[in-house]
Amino acid sequence: MASNLFSRLIFWPRWFWRQLTSMRTALFLLLLLAIAAVPGSVYPQRSADPNGVRIFFDNNPDIAEVMDDFQLFDVYTSVWFSSIYILLFVSLVGCVFPRTKVHFEALRTQPVQTPQNLKRMPVFQKAQGQAGYLEAALEVLKSKHYKVAMHQDSVSAEKGYIKETGNLVFHFSLIGVLIAVGVGGGLSFSGQRVLVVGDSFVNNLASYDSFSPGPFFDEAQLEPFSVRLDDFQVLYDLQNPNNLGQPIDFIASVTSEGKSSEVRVNYPLEAPGASIYLTGNGFAPVITVFDGEGNVAFSGPSVFLPQDSNMTSLGVIKVPDALPKQVGIIAFFYPTAEQLESGAYTSIYPDPIDPLMTMNVYSGDLGLDEGVPKNVFALDTENLEVVASRDGPNDPIQLRIGETVELPNQLGKVRFDGLLRFASLDVAYNPGGIWVLLFALLALFSMGLSLMTPRRRIWVRRNKDGTIELAALARSDDPRLEEVLVEIRTVIESKVGSK
Amino acid sequence: MTIVLNEPLSQVSLLFVSAAMAFIALALVLFSLQLSKLLGQTPEERAKLSNIEKIGFIVTAVGTVVLGIGVVLRGVAAGRVPWANMYEFSISSALLILLVYLTSLKIKDVRFIATFVTGFVLVTLFAAVSLFYVEVKTLMPALQSYWLVIHVVVAILATSFFAIAAGLHIAYLVKSSNFAKRLMELFPALEQLERLAYRFNVVGFVLWSFTLIAGAIWAERAWHRYWGWDTKEVWTFIIWTLYAGYLHAMATRGWNGKRAAWLGLVAFLAIIFNFTIVNQFFKGLHVYSGL
Ligand code: HEM
Repeated sequence: MASNLFSRLIFWPRWFWRQLTSMRTALFLLLLLAIAAVPGSVYPQRSADPNGVRIFFDNNPDIAEVMDDFQLFDVYTSVWFSSIYILLFVSLVGCVFPRTKVHFEALRTQPVQTPQNLKRMPVFQKAQGQAGYLEAALEVLKSKHYKVAMHQDSVSAEKGYIKETGNLVFHFSLIGVLIAVGVGGGLSFSGQRVLVVGDSFVNNLASYDSFSPGPFFDEAQLEPFSVRLDDFQVLYDLQNPNNLGQPIDFIASVTSEGKSSEVRVNYPLEAPGASIYLTGNGFAPVITVFDGEGNVAFSGPSVFLPQDSNMTSLGVIKVPDALPKQVGIIAFFYPTAEQLESGAYTSIYPDPIDPLMTMNVYSGDLGLDEGVPKNVFALDTENLEVVASRDGPNDPIQLRIGETVELPNQLGKVRFDGLLRFASLDVAYNPGGIWVLLFALLALFSMGLSLMTPRRRIWVRRNKDGTIELAALARSDDPRLEEVLVEIRTVIESKVGSK
Repeated sequence: MTIVLNEPLSQVSLLFVSAAMAFIALALVLFSLQLSKLLGQTPEERAKLSNIEKIGFIVTAVGTVVLGIGVVLRGVAAGRVPWANMYEFSISSALLILLVYLTSLKIKDVRFIATFVTGFVLVTLFAAVSLFYVEVKTLMPALQSYWLVIHVVVAILATSFFAIAAGLHIAYLVKSSNFAKRLMELFPALEQLERLAYRFNVVGFVLWSFTLIAGAIWAERAWHRYWGWDTKEVWTFIIWTLYAGYLHAMATRGWNGKRAAWLGLVAFLAIIFNFTIVNQFFKGLHVYSGL
């Protein structure tokens, strides 16, 4: 009774395990994984396109909530996607370990016994019996790197164990890839920092604009190097008429630890414990604001965000120290300005050939004292008084480099001092990368080996009546099987004949 | 160091591509004639390489050379490798499919899918010339990398092998459904079709795996992470997984034959989908379709 209960208790787990590690399940899970990956390419993902997710939420607030419950904006870290690949890898482990054991045994033991009925093999031939045929066969097969065994009246040989070896190494490498991805991701970090030409930053948490660490990241990992942006060059195509204004190259000249070097797209800078990538660029106009009492209330470069391929740029300047009233400015910068019929401006070329800045000016309480962090690239104008804008009481301010213009309502003056560029740098570190690569290459190599080498068994038997039977069997698709047997037979027979 | 673009030369290249289309179309007609002629013949008569077929292959070869000139001229006109936007990708794929097919004729007798191959190439070239043509442009800096050369050329090569395998899958499925019985008698036995398709898919799969790895290395250089589930990365992964599924199916009892053929075909459709729909309508970092 007890043993019965016991066998019942282990029956289900065992049955389940056997199902999970069957080839059919592996196949099913692979296809499921492929299907499960699709939604992540249809809907914006938080990891790759957070802005897209925000826009999706704005456009479809109701469905978005529901979709979010199903983790459709985080597909690749979702419970359901993770379950599929974890199950797949559990299946993989359960499948590969027993096969490794079997394979090791096969490597150590002799080729299988010659089957009774060779006629049933896919390739079968009869030959004239001659003395020494079996011995010659043994020798020939051995010289062709078959593993051979002499039985009473037959020779059995096998070749191509490397096929299974390659297959197993391949599957183990996949486990290696997964572990390297997981561990590497855990220890990784990436941080973003915008640098205006002339500025520098030191590699510590406080100096990043945004920072995303992996779960095992430790602040001590950050090596204290510093980077200064000395110069930033953008080369545009000036030569080919229908390609005008296409960027040819972005070059950030930097000094790090006393050494100067370049960071370009595709060519990151190797810093101690991290690589530095160039991921964006734009203009940082230098502006000075004098308040109504004549004091310098603001001065310096401001990062303007590019809005289109001709680098129309948008910046926000907040001047909380201005007296008598706080001043907020939304500024547009046009590197090569052209006026549209509507009176608005646009930029027609990305390099500053005819630069112009226009400003919408607001005054009132900027709301910076409430302790709520504010987006530096946005100005909440709801509670502000419009001082100058296209549909305000005064026209927008227009400024060219070097000009100073009075603000309306005795708010003060603004001066456009000059123009700098900024570069967005990503600092990233992922120690898993190299291991992922190594395991992936190992997988590629072993898979190639496995798929390209055939595994063959060959038998030669002397019958009671003295005639010879030869047969061959392939363990996989093998179009050359028959040819190979004929070749071997020819060599054997020439050998026997020459004795 | 600005590259000098040469749009007039690109127009000459376009002329060559169009001429190649004419040759391939003629070859397609010849191969179809050949098939209809075979229908009325006995098996012994069929075994011989007929004149029509011979001319068909000569015309295909000439078309391939002409297309090759067109592709090279496009590269010269753009001052770089000719596979950086959808137009260039299409003409280069068409060329490689033809080259892979003509080469594999030397190794395996795959004459019987000549109609499929020339037909597919013709559709690809037609789409390239009529829908995807763009003037030569320089590359955005993110694409200026020798990884572009390696990653993309291997992807195209993989696609060529997959395309031929897809033709074999279609032949298999039609033949096994007993549709167009008399026509399908001209094709090899089911088992042989299955094996041939497997061979082509295997080579394609190894190449595709390399594409995936090379893409990850490039992404690490250009975007600071080797894998970020960008739309194109997702689809490369999906395609890889589907073909891995196909390989497993071929090794699973009860799953080879028709099911595996369907799977191989679905995987190839995913490639086409990736190239057409994903390139143009899905948002992602790989915005180089040039349209
Ligand atoms: C992450 C999941 C998996 C992937 C991506 C994968 C991929 C592959 C690939 C690409 C091949 C062909 C390459 C070669 O033969 O070396 C293959 C073959 C094979 N896989 Fe997997 N596999 C996975 C999981 C599994 C599991 C769970 C099993 C066992 C149930 C399994 C059993 C096999 C077997 C037996 C072959 C040999 C097929 C043949 O003889 O052609 N695989 N796999």
